[in-house]
Amino acid sequence: MFHQLIKNQMDRMSPNQPDRIRPAMQIKDLSFHYPDQPGLFSHFNLQVEVGQRFGLFGPNGAGKTTLMNLMTGLLTTPSGTIRLFGHEMKKHQRRVNKLFGYIPQDFAFYQELSPVENLSFFGAWSGMTGPAIRKRTRELLDILGLVAVRHKKVQQFSGGMKRRVNLAIGVIHQPRLLFLDEPTVGVDVQTRHAIVNYLKQLNENGTTLIYTSHQLTEAEELCDTIALIDEGRIITHEALHSLLSRHRQEGLEALFLELTGKNFRDQSV
Amino acid sequence: MFAMPVLLVLIVTGMQRDTFDLANKNKLPLLLCNKDTGAASLQFIRAVDTMGLFEVRQIPGTQNEGMIRERLYRKEAFVAVVLPADFSAQVAARTKSLAGKALKSFGLGDSLSGPGVSVSGNPLILYYHPVLQESFRRSAEGTLYSALQLVESRQLLKTLYFSINEKELPDTLENELLSNHERISEIPVSRNDSRKTPSVSQHNVPAWTIFAMFFVVVSLGSGIVREKRSGSFIRLKTMPTSYVVAILSKQVTYLGVTMIQTVLIFAIGVWVFPLVGLPRLDLPDDWSALILVSLLCGWCAVSYAICVGVYSETEEQANGFGVISIVILAAIGGLMIPDFILTEPFRTATKFSPLHWCLDAYYRLFLEGGKLKDVWSNVLSLVLIIAGLQGIALWGLKRKNLI
Repeated sequence: MFHQLIKNQMDRMSPNQPDRIRPAMQIKDLSFHYPDQPGLFSHFNLQVEVGQRFGLFGPNGAGKTTLMNLMTGLLTTPSGTIRLFGHEMKKHQRRVNKLFGYIPQDFAFYQELSPVENLSFFGAWSGMTGPAIRKRTRELLDILGLVAVRHKKVQQFSGGMKRRVNLAIGVIHQPRLLFLDEPTVGVDVQTRHAIVNYLKQLNENGTTLIYTSHQLTEAEELCDTIALIDEGRIITHEALHSLLSRHRQEGLEALFLELTGKNFRDQSV
Repeated sequence: MFAMPVLLVLIVTGMQRDTFDLANKNKLPLLLCNKDTGAASLQFIRAVDTMGLFEVRQIPGTQNEGMIRERLYRKEAFVAVVLPADFSAQVAARTKSLAGKALKSFGLGDSLSGPGVSVSGNPLILYYHPVLQESFRRSAEGTLYSALQLVESRQLLKTLYFSINEKELPDTLENELLSNHERISEIPVSRNDSRKTPSVSQHNVPAWTIFAMFFVVVSLGSGIVREKRSGSFIRLKTMPTSYVVAILSKQVTYLGVTMIQTVLIFAIGVWVFPLVGLPRLDLPDDWSALILVSLLCGWCAVSYAICVGVYSETEEQANGFGVISIVILAAIGGLMIPDFILTEPFRTATKFSPLHWCLDAYYRLFLEGGKLKDVWSNVLSLVLIIAGLQGIALWGLKRKNLI
């Protein structure tokens, strides 16, 4: 009787499949639009499997940022569902928020605090314990080369260092899924190399990546699967190497231009 | 956050003390131009001097109106009085006329009226600088009228006495008749029967402490705007903890700040004020009431700052609106002008200022010697205001999709 109650409770909390079979992220029948942009997404579907390094690309105004905001819960879905590891975002927002990390394009931390203070604050905010935060902070500062400046105010840092702090905060709670919005914009080659390598390392350890960027050469290096969207629709969604060979293109940039055209997309304000 | 409020309380209390002490220690300079050579003008000058409001500075009687005006422009004084050349004659004429009427009414015949008795013209001319506020001008006028009345009464008494007794009024009787033997017994009402006269510190320290508390809007309001506009807010939104918790933790922190401000300002009132010549601040007997009211005042200030932060789009907006609205709320809340002297519409408006309820609660404790049971209505009002402000802030957060 007691076991049955627990089972029922568990079934309600995590329905159907075990985690490893469930997709990391699943969008079903999503419709969303802004008042001034009717029908941006209409009955939109997308699925990202566990362990993928998924790239989401498209020209300006295609709906990438909106989709990223919907997937991370920054925007609410009026119709359709978004599930992370089987948990519906709308219904289990708090639980779902524990499962993913988000590296926004903007520097998402307190500039007047040091890296250690930022990591402590956001770690606590993620529900981590003090010792776990301290251990993870040491690891991340070491991996991302921030040990020497760990107690300095972030506002004094270079763009590259700030990007690394941004990344460290997003992964402090060891999320199973990581959303990355232009994680390397405005950094030098060395920092880009270090960040991409670290992201690959995270993926090897089981973190699913959902990445969006205009850096298509970096995307080729990082992503194994891509989706190209335009005007709220998916133009293509498949493994990168098969997509390139099917279209007989050597690089993602040429493929991008072939599929989305060469016209400017951001001509209106 | 701490130095400026302390400075504010010190300076304002010091300045208010000077105003309060005007009648006792600091006298208002008065230029007196006596063109008269009679005895009445000398009696008048002596009477003005005795009243204590003015520091009488006599200027030559040869000075004309233009010269006196120049002296006022140079701010040698803010008030000037000219006693015309016929001042004594005018006083004599007026009193003779009055005495005649009095004798006639007594049935003693009017032996005083006759040709040459005239009471026309103004015995005094008062000039004042336009910066002199209405209240000061009224005080000055009142004092001068009292002095003039004293001179006239003396003259009237002498005239009447001479008419009836046909001899001069003896000095002893004159002094006895004219000096005021009845004293007004002033008793400040207090709930604890302390009958202690409230000092300038009792009035000012609580008022300006509330003002300082509400200035937390500058730091907290703009902090919320900064956070909303920065990427850190996006990060917080994607984390498992609700932003409501962030708002609550900010409230607890800033409530702590307002309490530190309060303790600091009260401590300065108690221990530093006497060292700089200001009256010592006497804390209320009921500490539990003082703590409760201080906490509610602080929370009210923090709630207001949160509201400003939630609804402002930019830091400039939060700071500008926050500061100006606090000054307005302080003005209509009775911090700058006592609400009992306001007209009915303004007195009604005071009820809409949270600072009014804070001030009223503090005054019940600091001035009336009240206890917890005496401030329940204020406590309830403050709780309702806080709940209202929190509700408005939460509604704003929801409407802006921030929670």
